[in-house]
Amino acid sequence: MTRLPNRRQLLLGVSGPFLARSKGALASSAARSPGLLLVFLRGGYDCANAIIPYASDFYYEARPSIAIPRPAARDEQGALSLDASWALAPALRPTIGARFGRGEVAFVPFAGTDDLSRSHFETQDHIERGQPILPSGVPSGVQDFRSGFLARLSSLVVGSPPIAFTDALPRCFQGANVPNISLRGLGKPVFDERQSAILASMYQGGPLEAAVNDGLELRQAVARELEQELREANRGSMNAKSFELDARRMGHLMRDTYRIGFVDVGGWDTHVGEGGAQGALANNLDSLGNGLIALADELGPRWRDTVVVVISEFGRTFRENGNKGTDHGHGSTYWILGGGIRGGAVVGPQVKVERATLSQDREYPVLTDVRDLLGGLFARMWDLSAADLDKIFPGATPRDLGIL
Amino acid sequence: MSLSFPVRLRLRLRLPLLPLFLLLLLFLLLADRPAWGGPSAADLLWLDRVTYGINAATLTELQRLGRRRFLDAQLVTTEVAVPAAIATQISQLEIERTDGARLLIEVSAEQKRINALSVPGEKEQARKALNERANQLGYEAARRHLLRAIYGRDQLREQLVWFWLNHFSVFSQKSNVRWTVGDYEERAIRPHVLGHFRDLVLATLTHPAMLQYLDNAQNAKGHLNENYARELLELHTLGVDAGYTQTDVQELARILTGAGIDQDGMSPRLEPSLQALYLRRDGFEFNPNRHDPGVKTLLGHQIAGRGFDEIEAAVDVITHHPACARFIARKLAAYFVGDDPPLSLVSSLAKVFTRTNGDLTQVLRTLLASRELAASLGRQFKDPMHFVVSAFRLAYDQRPIANAHPVLNALGALGEPLYGRPTPDGYPLGTTDWASAGQLSRRFEIARNIASGNGGLFEPEDGTPSTVTGFPQLSSRVYYDLIESSLASTTRQALERAASQQEWNTFLLASPEFNHR
Repeated sequence: MTRLPNRRQLLLGVSGPFLARSKGALASSAARSPGLLLVFLRGGYDCANAIIPYASDFYYEARPSIAIPRPAARDEQGALSLDASWALAPALRPTIGARFGRGEVAFVPFAGTDDLSRSHFETQDHIERGQPILPSGVPSGVQDFRSGFLARLSSLVVGSPPIAFTDALPRCFQGANVPNISLRGLGKPVFDERQSAILASMYQGGPLEAAVNDGLELRQAVARELEQELREANRGSMNAKSFELDARRMGHLMRDTYRIGFVDVGGWDTHVGEGGAQGALANNLDSLGNGLIALADELGPRWRDTVVVVISEFGRTFRENGNKGTDHGHGSTYWILGGGIRGGAVVGPQVKVERATLSQDREYPVLTDVRDLLGGLFARMWDLSAADLDKIFPGATPRDLGIL
Repeated sequence: MSLSFPVRLRLRLRLPLLPLFLLLLLFLLLADRPAWGGPSAADLLWLDRVTYGINAATLTELQRLGRRRFLDAQLVTTEVAVPAAIATQISQLEIERTDGARLLIEVSAEQKRINALSVPGEKEQARKALNERANQLGYEAARRHLLRAIYGRDQLREQLVWFWLNHFSVFSQKSNVRWTVGDYEERAIRPHVLGHFRDLVLATLTHPAMLQYLDNAQNAKGHLNENYARELLELHTLGVDAGYTQTDVQELARILTGAGIDQDGMSPRLEPSLQALYLRRDGFEFNPNRHDPGVKTLLGHQIAGRGFDEIEAAVDVITHHPACARFIARKLAAYFVGDDPPLSLVSSLAKVFTRTNGDLTQVLRTLLASRELAASLGRQFKDPMHFVVSAFRLAYDQRPIANAHPVLNALGALGEPLYGRPTPDGYPLGTTDWASAGQLSRRFEIARNIASGNGGLFEPEDGTPSTVTGFPQLSSRVYYDLIESSLASTTRQALERAASQQEWNTFLLASPEFNHR
């Protein structure tokens, strides 16, 4: 048996990209290709109550009823200090906090887009398209509004088959022939081969041909693949919280078959009664944290060459509103996770959190653009040329945050 | 071998049907009425678009009236026309007999009572009972909606009720919306779908379901909540690109302060000077104590502080904005014509909207008579609501179902349950939104469910088991007379390979032709 490279060698190769060149002689390229899972928190999650700017007095002034208390040395139930400025919400401490300690998690505060509409739908679409906002006067026809950045990525990298773990195909995957499958309510396959062939024959030569074929095949394949998995999982006392179960299934499918995945998680639009250390947001974070850990477990050895990026369309108002909640804001805090990343740090450009640094006296500014951030990660993961990156994120400036 | 296996299919000649068919379509569209007795292929496609889907009853109606009078009948009636057996089912619902505002007061009082309970176990039990009742009321609303969609005579209007309900979307699982969603549909949406857009906006704005869903019930002076104000501009009236600013959103939120819910049927204590501004009706309450009385500026218009009048003035400003006409025109055109409606159509509809002060009947008349609509017939991919309702219309046209749960479950499985969109944008309706790989395979499975049995459709709602067995007969008169000739050869070949009537039904419901309109 060959000696395994240590983690640093594995990550950096010989000045090479993230793992793309560290193929074992026996492993197929698909089995060794880097993996990416994009987790989209739809609704604009309140990052300031997840990754808390605890050094800021202004945070405590601005959120009299929902601020999360500062970390205290002896309090292992409270917020977890990440560095001199930031602390992790108690709800994430046992899951994400533990992984942060092992260097498997990094946070990027002040991340987001230049879209200032504060509209959920507009900003989500903008992020998923991954195309720049056009200056006024430029006809919108120059952009393909039907094309998403993950679709463009997956058409450029070989050996990393894409999949969306969603009911509908998300915008970021539109424009390429990407399969999707809902992880809910998966039972035995309904159609046998003869029936599937007849169903497919009706769509042959039509615009939905590929989607019909993919759908029928994927349904059978996933049911087969998960059959054993689900039996095994049921052995233990698995927490059946919906995202955790989904995440486990995603982990299984991304371990062997698919390497570029997308999932979205809803329920983050906390206008009313958001809560602090406990409450609605804390419950959501707890479920998300548990899910991500389940995913890492399920990926097994592939966790080391998988990167999970957690994003959201925008942050929320820095001040709480009149209903102990928060309204739509701007800058967010993104998460990067992976068994092989150089994490354990809060990275990227930062400003001191105080009233004067808020954007429009209201919300976090954006200092790291989502396109630059993801472009930088993709460049390292797949060793992409500048020309390829420009196809994925036209006009972006990929930024290497030194995590991979 | 199934006895009813449609052997006739095998005898048919396979002709190059599509070119012939398109030619015929063109001819008939120009001619506007069939040259002989039966409905033309163009009539069929047209009927499939203006209704939830063709069936024997609607065809008879079209033959009796012709297109123009068929439409007129839909556009002028006010009564809901359903077959007697369906009318009886609907009349027995609690939501038909109970006033929505009263239900709201009842649930508020019950919640207060439950919160005060201290005996262990009692609280949980009372909560559970209340929750079950809420579920029942929410189900009743969905049941009524679906029965009307499947069996209602005024198919255009039933679609419009769905369309506007989706436009002014509420999510029944949030707070007490299950208690009010039936009333919301019946009082805020249905009466206005052929009226003026401004009235539709005001009716939804003042309904407890919307006030609760988008948090305006909690929007008060000094405790601003801008959730509803933003969506009112972005999703309900102007669209995100209309040019309004964050300041407009905040100003509108200030105008909307005090617009809330009547929880107890009692007036708050008010200064004498404010008493004249207090308003209460049908579960809505305007509370001047909670209203910000200052001057506001919305979209460049100054609105002086004067209570509920400000809200009406603001709705006037918004609904007269040119972006509103375009936004609504585009949305209606997309629903009836499909993805990316032609700009020519959108502008002509927007003009009608502006000229008629937002008269939705006039906008619809223009839309339905447009050549853009005629050119798009048969090309629109059905969203789940159209797919499911058209399948049940075809399958159970002559037999009133007794239980709507299977219909609701089919919609849920396909991702478009009634009152079930958590986000306020409503369901999207483009082909790419519903025709992904995962959605298509799921749709085929639902087609199979509908095609192969009756899955509880005839189980009485009281829980007694049903004695009705069997599956629908889709190889019906309507099929042979009308549908068969419109199918592509690939679809006919697939149907010929069916090993049983159930399978044949499945293939028909899964066919490209059935999934487009």
